[in-house]
Amino acid sequence: MQKKDIGLGILIIVVGAIVYMRNPLFLSPINLGNTANLIGLFGLFAIGQGFVIMTGGIDLSVGSVIALLGVLFVDMVGKFGVPWPLAMAIIIGLGVLIGLAHGILITRFRLQPFVVTLCGLLIYRGIARGYTAESTAGFPFGSSYPQLEWLTIGRSFGVPHSFLAMLIVAAVMWVVLHHTVFGRHLCAVGKNEEAARFSGINTRFVTVMAYVICAVLASIAAIYFAMFTKSVQPSSHGNFYELYAIAAAVLGGCSLRGGEGSVIGIVLGAVLLQELQNLVNLLGIPSSLNFAVMGAVILLGVLADQQFASYRTRKNTERALGLLQKP
Amino acid sequence: MSAVHGLDLRLEGVTKVYPGVVALNDVSLQIQAGEVVGLLGENGAGKSTLMKILGGLITPTSGKIILDGQQYDAFDVKQSQQAGIAFVHQELNVFDNMDVSANIFLGREVVRGPLRLTDRKAMNKMAEPLIERVGAPFKPETPVSTLSLAERQLLEIAKALAMNARLVIMDEPTSSLTLSETNMLLKVIADLKAQGIAVVYISHRLSEVEECVDRAVVLRDGRNVGELERDAVTHDAMIRMMIGRELKALYTPPSVPATKPILSVKNFAIKSKPDRTAGFDVMAGEILGVAGLIGAGRTELAEAIFGASDKLGGEILIDGRKVEINSPADAIAAGLYLVPEDRKRAGLILEFPILENVTMANLQAFTSCGLVSRKRQIAVAEAQRTTLAIKTHDVRRVANEMSGGNQQKVVLAKWLSMDPKVIIFDEPTRGIDVGAKAEIYGLMRSLADRGVGVMMISSDMEEVIGVSDRIVVMKDGLITGELPRFRFSESNVLNLAVGKVLEEA
Repeated sequence: MQKKDIGLGILIIVVGAIVYMRNPLFLSPINLGNTANLIGLFGLFAIGQGFVIMTGGIDLSVGSVIALLGVLFVDMVGKFGVPWPLAMAIIIGLGVLIGLAHGILITRFRLQPFVVTLCGLLIYRGIARGYTAESTAGFPFGSSYPQLEWLTIGRSFGVPHSFLAMLIVAAVMWVVLHHTVFGRHLCAVGKNEEAARFSGINTRFVTVMAYVICAVLASIAAIYFAMFTKSVQPSSHGNFYELYAIAAAVLGGCSLRGGEGSVIGIVLGAVLLQELQNLVNLLGIPSSLNFAVMGAVILLGVLADQQFASYRTRKNTERALGLLQKP
Repeated sequence: MSAVHGLDLRLEGVTKVYPGVVALNDVSLQIQAGEVVGLLGENGAGKSTLMKILGGLITPTSGKIILDGQQYDAFDVKQSQQAGIAFVHQELNVFDNMDVSANIFLGREVVRGPLRLTDRKAMNKMAEPLIERVGAPFKPETPVSTLSLAERQLLEIAKALAMNARLVIMDEPTSSLTLSETNMLLKVIADLKAQGIAVVYISHRLSEVEECVDRAVVLRDGRNVGELERDAVTHDAMIRMMIGRELKALYTPPSVPATKPILSVKNFAIKSKPDRTAGFDVMAGEILGVAGLIGAGRTELAEAIFGASDKLGGEILIDGRKVEINSPADAIAAGLYLVPEDRKRAGLILEFPILENVTMANLQAFTSCGLVSRKRQIAVAEAQRTTLAIKTHDVRRVANEMSGGNQQKVVLAKWLSMDPKVIIFDEPTRGIDVGAKAEIYGLMRSLADRGVGVMMISSDMEEVIGVSDRIVVMKDGLITGELPRFRFSESNVLNLAVGKVLEEA
């Protein structure tokens, strides 16, 4: 664990303690379960976003991907009777294709990630709205898919499966990022693409893979969200989710300049964001202020982190000076 | 010509401490109007720190600055500018999306009218005499993107003059200039001096220092080690002070004569010179020097051979076998490595630990079950640290904290931990201090003696002639000649570099 992660963990505990003192419902099993579910859902695609950010890129299309693939998944399973495992495979396959498209446009055609994924944001949202003719996609009345439901919205010992899914994904991605060749190469490409290329690293492949990972995790999240909301309203479903993901990654220590970040940090960032949502609800703050609270806390967090860093540098300087002055 | 108020600047007992490093320790320096002071020292000796203190970018930990009799603890950027201190940076600070006069008046634009719109005409008019003073060939409205590196430097000097500079600090101004451009710059320095402006000249190119300075101040390990007056400024004296010992003769002959070509490049064409082709051999066990003027296409050729930039045609044989190289990965697989010209851009990742940099090119070899073993990474990095004498006590430290010479050794360590057949060194000692240079040459020689083909691109004449076993000279994408050791001379290399044909010896 890095120092940043520990700091973030402490912040989460402190905020939690304050909320609990003001409203003990915070630690009630129902509230914890619901919050864990949301952490799982948002954490899933925030991890993917973090990988893209670590290459120095960004993926703005995540929310629209969640809407489009959510619509398609609900329709496939609910309307066309596609067996759900097959539907799931198709959705994830579409995620791979979307990620490949982004990655190839960015590496081969040298377009900027911001532009490519902004166009993605518009295109996928537009397709979702056009395909459904603005109507809400939902499962037929009375239908039920016990296994699918168990997998996505079920709970074991009170722990939502979305949260467990996120933990599993996080564990796998933690190993990938911190302990595989690909992960080291990802950080290298994010920090200094030129030097990475001169070391024989296939920088295009690494970058493309980051976008594929991001889109695949978004497609998995799309299934979980669709099952959670049970119906997908194509113009509002998943709106701004890319920003939640970016916020979680930045809170978790990812630098938008690339090359830095940790999976634990991103997960903790997602936890903090949901905790803040929860805070707004539990402390009776008007929910219209939701975004303002989140924005303020992120700003304070990043500011505090900066201050701590320069404080440490100053301390080190003083210590070095002390050593010098000793005979 | 604006009258320059005489300058009297003294630094006394300046000390600057960073975490873990003492960059400057009780350094003193004096600069008077119309004086050219050479500031010398190996990399990491504290020259840049000292100059940044003058520029107001760094606050000294202790010591004082005395300007025209007035005493300061530290300058801020504004005070420094008001004092008339201007910089001509190693990395140029000009904006190539603007024209010359916009650059000169950046931040002090002339405005007119109630809307305070910029007055281009007035600025162009004011820029003209400044450009004339530095003897530059461009006009106020010339876009900077069309200027050569040397011209951009002149632009920076003009900018300094526009700010009524009394002291111009030049940090390695000639490191990327051609010979004639360098001479032009030295002339400009003489002109500045005649106008009563003081110049601090920082350079590793000692012959230039010898030519242009009135006095040389030498720093070593953050301390003053001595001062040389005009007559005493000689090559040997400067080197002796900088490194504290005499430098041995550069050239060591190979232990076994090289016979068999290990790298053959045939009919090779690069993008910027599509109608020219180059061909040459590098023998196993030799150091082949590649000389030429800046812009001859040497770096592009090297990068194209290495697969890092596109080639237009031609073939590469390694050990007599034809290899297809389309990316650095292909080259590395074939045992052909490149130590690039710009090590901070392409050689290593400065923010990464040494051990990651050393193992980056064959990380796959450090895995078991797909997981990277840090223990094995550390073991290999440690071994390289010992053999290459990389000065750090911990390979987990980031590369950023090391001097240029040690960084270059880390780049080398990356390749030496693998199995090199050919290593191309592109300007291997640029910006590296004298002591570390000798070590790098020693490493190149021992590589050659192990049967590796070493190809060394260098613009430093002393280096090409002192280190190579054989020299090829390149001009505009063509190999214009080849010199065996007994025909090495500065004039032979230069003549080939400008395209003259040599008489047979």
